[in-house]
Amino acid sequence: MSCSSKETHTVVVELDLVVHRRRVVAEGVVELTLRRQDGAALPSWEAGAHIDLVLGPDLVRQYSLCGDPADRCSWRIAVLREHGSRGGSAAVHGELAEGSQVGVRGPRNHFRFEPSRRYVLIAGGIGITPIMAMAAAADDRGADWSLTYGGRTRASMAYASDLRDRYGARVDLRPQDEFGLLDLDSLLGEPAGDTLVYCCGPEPLLEAVEKRCAGWPRGALHVERFSPKEFDAQASDHPFEVVLARSGRTVMVSSGQSILSAVREAGVQVLSSCEEGTCGTCETTVLAGEVDHRDSLLSEEERAAGETMMVCVSRAACAKLTLDL
Amino acid sequence: MMPTLDDDPFDDAILTDPYEFQTRLREAGPVVHLPKLGVYAMGRYDEVRAALTDWESFVSSRGVGLSDFAKKKPWRPPSLLLENDPPSHTGFRAVMNDVISPRTMRTLRAQFAKDADELAEELVRRRRFDAVTDLAEVYPLKVFPDAVGLRPDGRENLLPYGALAFNAFGPDNAHARRAFAAAEPVLEWIAESCRREALSGTGFGASIWAAADRGEITPEQAPVLVRSLLTAGVDTTVYGIGNTMYAIGTHADQWADLRDNPGRAKFAFDEALRFESPVQTFFRTAPADVEIAGTIVPAGSKVLLFLGSANRDWRRWGEDAGTFRIDRDAGGHVAFGMGVHQCVGQPVARLEAEMVLSALARRVARVELDGDPVPKLNNSLKGWASIPVRVTPA
Repeated sequence: MSCSSKETHTVVVELDLVVHRRRVVAEGVVELTLRRQDGAALPSWEAGAHIDLVLGPDLVRQYSLCGDPADRCSWRIAVLREHGSRGGSAAVHGELAEGSQVGVRGPRNHFRFEPSRRYVLIAGGIGITPIMAMAAAADDRGADWSLTYGGRTRASMAYASDLRDRYGARVDLRPQDEFGLLDLDSLLGEPAGDTLVYCCGPEPLLEAVEKRCAGWPRGALHVERFSPKEFDAQASDHPFEVVLARSGRTVMVSSGQSILSAVREAGVQVLSSCEEGTCGTCETTVLAGEVDHRDSLLSEEERAAGETMMVCVSRAACAKLTLDL
Repeated sequence: MMPTLDDDPFDDAILTDPYEFQTRLREAGPVVHLPKLGVYAMGRYDEVRAALTDWESFVSSRGVGLSDFAKKKPWRPPSLLLENDPPSHTGFRAVMNDVISPRTMRTLRAQFAKDADELAEELVRRRRFDAVTDLAEVYPLKVFPDAVGLRPDGRENLLPYGALAFNAFGPDNAHARRAFAAAEPVLEWIAESCRREALSGTGFGASIWAAADRGEITPEQAPVLVRSLLTAGVDTTVYGIGNTMYAIGTHADQWADLRDNPGRAKFAFDEALRFESPVQTFFRTAPADVEIAGTIVPAGSKVLLFLGSANRDWRRWGEDAGTFRIDRDAGGHVAFGMGVHQCVGQPVARLEAEMVLSALARRVARVELDGDPVPKLNNSLKGWASIPVRVTPA
């Protein structure tokens, strides 16, 4: 692969990239190869890195890089069309054709592939994307590694046959309709020294792997939670009720209104500043109910825990929320 | 025809009491020419807020002071945050948002509360103290450098350094020159303190260096981001806490409200930021002709945004905009800026103020001035050098 080489710093910058190639790599999975318009070099990256696709003013989605880091001129991602998606994956599938321009930030890496002599790699579904780059890195390093790759059906598993062709018996393909759930007990039952476990996939798989690895040395397990929550203002702005536990009041939040403004209208003082979910000033403790988080601050873990929310932009994912206000 | 005002907003009379001038500025028009400085100025809420959020028409990369970086080399390498624009700004800001996140704030709360309680306990025992030199300068200089992970020696250097940075945004006047002279000996300490080896293994500083390890920034950029914390994180909070104490010390009924409801400390601070904003002004530069309310500001112009004036604009805050009222909904004030450059340390400042004010409110029945407050003049900051107070324990 050759391209004009222009040295780039590995800082996070927004780039205008072009969809150089688009192809379907499995059922519902489209692969995009992104390049600069002028074909110049892109920032370098390592296995586990992701980029942000800026798909609209309020629509930014993260996708793991799954290509070859040595190819400095193009980045490859694979995107699953999420069932019921109203945001990111729908925009990628529906709008990004070959030749389309797209804003890209990154790469950043929160899922670093640490050096080790042995690796157990586990991927579920589209979670194969960062794991595939890790398999290549492990192979390059001459490490002892295995990849267990599960999915609904063989046809839904992106890159399954490529991986098998390239690495042979190191790759174990386990479509669920043929083999059932992954046999994590035999894979992770015994903690092994000098071995790191990397897993990416849907939440139930991550939880199951975390449970099996409880007895492993600290730091042996690395997981990445993909598919950040997607939302769409029009589709999910249903009205709901908010109980203000401290003030002993209940307010209705209509569609198109924020919790912040509804609470203020009721005469209850709430601290706020940016009113767009970026500054964190209006963070409020959630006592009961499920939150539809729309801020840019909380981590996936904090969102899942649902103990706190930014009332300027986030809403209820249920009929009634109880807040410490 | 654009209105013109013949004032120099950086002269001592206006720095001491900016509000009469700011009223004239707001009422003169949405954008006003200041021929003495050769700049344009805005003092109304809507226009100031719009300019702060429109980073493309009003850029920061040519400096947020009077000096245009396109024409004159800045006194230090530009900040990667404050003196930068997207897209370059975006990644650095993302790193800082991770460093000062809701998670890190939760871990700081207990220590900030403990330090606030200890200080309040001692001040109440003394009955008479200076709300600036014994409180507003003491508390932030304890908890903030601890949170950054600075070494214990030399922290007094942070105040002259901050004073310099904020004076340097103004013209080359006596304040700027005095600040340079005072800060010159501490510049080396500041540079030294941003190195990885000088910082503790935990804290904001170590988190910034960890971002360099992850490849999100380069090792050359890490100390420049640490420097941003030291520039922007101390004086602003010192002035903010001092201004809150001044507002409360001159409004007895407001202290009574706070004493009855210590949980309102965060609202008292927010209202004080609106009422007497620590950072009064920032400049932007128009890279191209830009139309403001029907008038063209020509390409290359420096535009002076009066945050403190926007925060007192009756168009936004009502007829009592000039009144300090802690039951007011002050949300949306621009004391921390707005948009992509909105103060990244905002949650730290808010936590500091909430902890120290509520610690006092739980112990103090009454606060009164115990002598004349002494203003502290700075080209960008509004606040006090001394506020003698007497407190009556609860």
